[in-house]
Amino acid sequence: MNFITHLRTKKLLVPLSLGLIGLIVVIVSFINNPQSTQAVLGSTIRQSTPIILGALCGIMCERAGVVNIGIEGQMLLSAFIGFMANVWTGNLFISVLAGMATGALLGLLLAFMSVTLKLDQIIGGTVINILALGLTGYFYTAGLTTAGKIQPLTLGFLAKIPLVGPILFRNPPITYTAIILVFVLQFVLFKTTWGLRTRAVGEHPRAADTLGINVFTTRYINVILGGAIAGLAGAFLTLEAVGSFERAMTNGRGFVALAVMIFGKWTPLGAWGAALLFGFANAMQTQFQFMGTFNIPHQFIGMLPYLLTIIVLAGFGGRARPPAADGSPYEKE
Amino acid sequence: MANKHVLETKNVAKRFPGVLANDQISMYLNEGEILAILGENGAGKTTLLNIIYGLYDQDEGEIFINGEKTTINNSHDAINQGIGMVHQHFMLVPVFSVTENIILGSEVSEAGILDLNKARRKILELTDAYGLEVNPDAIVEDLPVGVQQRVEILKALFRKARILILDEPTAVLTPQEIEELFWVMRELKSKGVSIIFITHKLKEVMEIADRIMVMRRGKVVGETRPSETNKNELANMMVGREVLLRVEKELAQPEEPVFEINDLVIHKSEGRNSVDHVSLTVRAGEILGIAGVQGNGQTELVEAITGLRPVDGGTILLDGKKMPTENPRALTENGMAHIPEDRQKHGLVLSYPLTDNLILCSYYKSPFVKGLTRNNDAIEAYSEKLIEDFDIRTPSPFIPASNLSGGNQQKLIVARELSRDVKILIANQPTRGLDVGSIEYIHRTLIEMRDRGVGILLVSAELDEIMSLSDRIAVIYEGEIVATLDAKDATREELGLLMAGSKKERSIEAEV
Amino acid sequence: MPDENINKPGAFFWLKQLWLSVRVPLAAVMLALLVGALILLISDINPLDAYAALFKGAFGNEKYLQRTLEKATPLIFSGLAVSFAFKAGLFNIGAQGQLLMGALTSATIGFMVTGLPPLIHIPLALFGGALVGALYGAIPGALKTFTGAHEVITTIMLNYIAINITDYLADGPLKDNSPGNIVARTPRIADSAVIPTPQTSLTVGILIVLIVMILASIVFFAILKKINFKIKNRILLFFLRLALVIGLGVGVGLLLKIILPGFYTQPVGFLPYEAIPIPIGFLIAVAMSGVVWFLLMRTSFGFEIRTVGLNQHAAKYAGIRVRLMIVLAMVISGFLAGMGGSVETQGIVYRYQPGFNVGLGFDGITIALLGRNHPLGVIPAALLVGAMKAGSNVMQFEAGVPSEIIDVIQALMLFFVAADVIVRWVIGAKEKSEAEQIKLTTGWGNQ
Repeated sequence: MNFITHLRTKKLLVPLSLGLIGLIVVIVSFINNPQSTQAVLGSTIRQSTPIILGALCGIMCERAGVVNIGIEGQMLLSAFIGFMANVWTGNLFISVLAGMATGALLGLLLAFMSVTLKLDQIIGGTVINILALGLTGYFYTAGLTTAGKIQPLTLGFLAKIPLVGPILFRNPPITYTAIILVFVLQFVLFKTTWGLRTRAVGEHPRAADTLGINVFTTRYINVILGGAIAGLAGAFLTLEAVGSFERAMTNGRGFVALAVMIFGKWTPLGAWGAALLFGFANAMQTQFQFMGTFNIPHQFIGMLPYLLTIIVLAGFGGRARPPAADGSPYEKE
Repeated sequence: MANKHVLETKNVAKRFPGVLANDQISMYLNEGEILAILGENGAGKTTLLNIIYGLYDQDEGEIFINGEKTTINNSHDAINQGIGMVHQHFMLVPVFSVTENIILGSEVSEAGILDLNKARRKILELTDAYGLEVNPDAIVEDLPVGVQQRVEILKALFRKARILILDEPTAVLTPQEIEELFWVMRELKSKGVSIIFITHKLKEVMEIADRIMVMRRGKVVGETRPSETNKNELANMMVGREVLLRVEKELAQPEEPVFEINDLVIHKSEGRNSVDHVSLTVRAGEILGIAGVQGNGQTELVEAITGLRPVDGGTILLDGKKMPTENPRALTENGMAHIPEDRQKHGLVLSYPLTDNLILCSYYKSPFVKGLTRNNDAIEAYSEKLIEDFDIRTPSPFIPASNLSGGNQQKLIVARELSRDVKILIANQPTRGLDVGSIEYIHRTLIEMRDRGVGILLVSAELDEIMSLSDRIAVIYEGEIVATLDAKDATREELGLLMAGSKKERSIEAEV
Repeated sequence: MPDENINKPGAFFWLKQLWLSVRVPLAAVMLALLVGALILLISDINPLDAYAALFKGAFGNEKYLQRTLEKATPLIFSGLAVSFAFKAGLFNIGAQGQLLMGALTSATIGFMVTGLPPLIHIPLALFGGALVGALYGAIPGALKTFTGAHEVITTIMLNYIAINITDYLADGPLKDNSPGNIVARTPRIADSAVIPTPQTSLTVGILIVLIVMILASIVFFAILKKINFKIKNRILLFFLRLALVIGLGVGVGLLLKIILPGFYTQPVGFLPYEAIPIPIGFLIAVAMSGVVWFLLMRTSFGFEIRTVGLNQHAAKYAGIRVRLMIVLAMVISGFLAGMGGSVETQGIVYRYQPGFNVGLGFDGITIALLGRNHPLGVIPAALLVGAMKAGSNVMQFEAGVPSEIIDVIQALMLFFVAADVIVRWVIGAKEKSEAEQIKLTTGWGNQ
């Protein structure tokens, strides 16, 4: 089998070709205007981080068969708690953990509603979203300050490589973690016992049940761990990216993460590619506003990520195939 | 072989809301024996075996494995005790490979990381040992049903099962595949595996079983051996009274063609067709039966001709008029009635009351609609009439359809469909999952309709049903009609061969 | 042989059904208030003070009552929009975006078009907004039908897009450029487009007439049923009944006026109101509830929508054009939400100003579920939530409670209504009765 056919069977031909074209464009642009290119690419990585984390949460939940539209709420409340933890303790590490714990706790709630109470999972997610909006609105007092945000970690000499160096190797820890998590989850999902069982539970829970796998426990664990990841995304927003909290600051990222998950066909690597695309769209939006290139009102540029989400869904929503048991509560007869 | 009971139950009972599924069941299985459990739908056979396999907990009673009392709380325990089960509806993850399906839950792994190569080797050892040919890397959903069943058996053998439970394994097989399965079963038996085999088919029981246990309404009503009994006796035990094994009917008097399918094509993916240039004609006053193993295109064919699925080629003519595709209403308005294969999916809205279900296809016509609004009185009157005419057992026309038994739900659908002006009736698996009384009723009704001049297209996976009801039989294999015969000339063996794909040896074609 | 008694549902049967439907949402509300009280206690606030202030702020005087009704109005529309979509098996979280588009459109028709009498201008703006809302709702409907894109995400995205579009328009082409205004908003609508809020004095006399009318109608219908009085044409029958009831009310009213001359000037002593404000917008909302109920339960179209929502396969089998129904359901849903925006603009705010009514989409879900997805059940649910929103100002002022606690309580209500299993356990109810089944959506896939 020659190389091209091999790629085609692994369904990598299209993404790789696109990646290659993208790479060429980037290099050309860097030669022309190094500063802007660097800014945009750096921004891409930054903007895509919460989205990929959210998408990873979604993947963990849905691969086990639980639809989670509460990622937005999980991110928001975790962002808030992480922020408040920083205000009270001044310790960034503890604050990040607090954020993750919040996400995990909301994951526990979602699991409880979906798996034990067997509620409609979309309602469950909606409850989490409304709860997060309400709680953060109620408890937030404006004007609180913190000790500051997490600083980037420079990975030694790697950071000195032109173009790639500062973008990839001078990032704060959560950003690194996100990328590492992509690869870790890809491996775990497809190459380990745990991943096999999780996917079985998401595709055909009764088959898994007859083979001695505990469907409920598997779903609970996946949803809680996914929640921790969403919590990490929230912590990123207040502790790494912005440094402070604002009401409803997640601004729809949790839903964009779902579109990214679908676009990436429920695989971590696929979702990462899609997240980078969205990050890029966001970065370009900011760049256009900054450069004042086109005379488009800022609101229209602000619409870009949402429009992109719809376009992605419209193109892929119907044809993509979620895990077969996604969204249905499991009934042990 | 000593009479060692590898499995025994004493006084096992299980109750579900409203029904006693298992009533003091005491039975045993000897080592290396094939025990057939016979009973009609709803007798409690599957419940008993689900209890043995740990999927249900019994309310009363005890289970003994090799003489020792055992508690089986979940399938894990059952597997540990050496019990393996092949369910009627396969427990295979369609998108996984054969290997992944077999090792799921008992994975071959190193520190949590899968070792698929090692797994593959182990599986190939098994397939060689037991003669069960299968490709470990194939994706299960691409495999034919007979092969999928082999994967299920391998799953049990992989876990070192010594007791194998097969729940209605032959429902989805051609006669030839059934023979192959029996060969495998005898092979397993010779290696000391004990087998419990659930079925409602008398012929199979007589052929393969060492012992037969008959269940009826949750109780064991008889135990015997094939050498000591015959099919009629077994049928009587199953049902509790004299059973007509063949439908009584007169000769058909067919007239003009009333329904024609011309060169119908439905694409599957990758260049294959699920329905491959099918042409059929049904005349008024005759029953054309379509015989074939499930999965050979019948479902797609019926969905296409009833307007539930798009068509990629060909035409449909009702009473000589060309019909639009994907338009069920045009078909019903022109005289088509459809008893769907999956009554709860297509044929009923379970949460609607019987009234709404009885006018499901004609709700928009007068007298059910007066101007803008629905005419509840007319709907009610119509429902009451149908309930009485068709003897649907219900306390009220307003209860939701989900409260009815399977048989009564089917009666509801029959009542609705046949009370219109019907020229062609498409009956798809009309007696699936029903008790004997309901089956007899449906068969009688179909013959009556035929004698009144309705053309009937009957699709069924039960070869006996096709053979006893049809006037002509068409055999479908891999989306093609491979033969059309007069029913009186058709033999089981010939049909079986055709259903399995071998072309007809003598050319017999009925006049169309 | 069907049993005669169970055959035809009588009045008591329906009352019992009503109670069965109502008891769970009621209990859910109680539980939510209870948990809310706990949160208040944690924040060092006396829940009794808080709730008392809340109640006062909602019903304490005519102004507060008016505010409650005004807050409830868009909620009714939003709840109707969401529950109508639910009936078709769709999750319309986009009520907010549809409402915003409707509100802006209504405001634009309100200030751009001049010289029309109110009788034309009001409905023009009203339906203009509703139509734009309908179109905006058609978008996710079409997307779902033709591309399979799940409406949960598309409607939320469209909400954000709607915010952006309306922000832009209100800050740009449609901006109020009168001297002294820098805020992004449209000019005030013309007086001919304003929906008035007449006041009526609630006197003992009117109260008695109202009670008589209600009692009379109940008795009247019961008698009709008994003697099996049959008129063939349903619409004629309906109007006949309506005419008789109104006639009876008017008759009794006139009779009282003649017999007891001073009767209509005595205010009702125990109520703190002298004159009740009747926001016509609220009446329009209630009327639309009735229309939606009629549409869903009494027409073939409603039957088709409900069937699609319960079982798409059976709907197809029944000859219903499923894809068309999905789009139409979203269109009608958007229409209702858009009308809600129009009513808000024409009846309360009198212009379009960005930043009004955030979070309405989710409110609609709470209201729809509290009202058990029933068009008429939406009204009490909206009154409840509207009362809470209206009263929160006073609660904040007098008891020092941040008004966001209402959001928390609302989330709790949604939780308890959705998790009715918990509620059932608390109030000792057994399994779901048939009256309580709500079929919702599952997952992303094509069903």
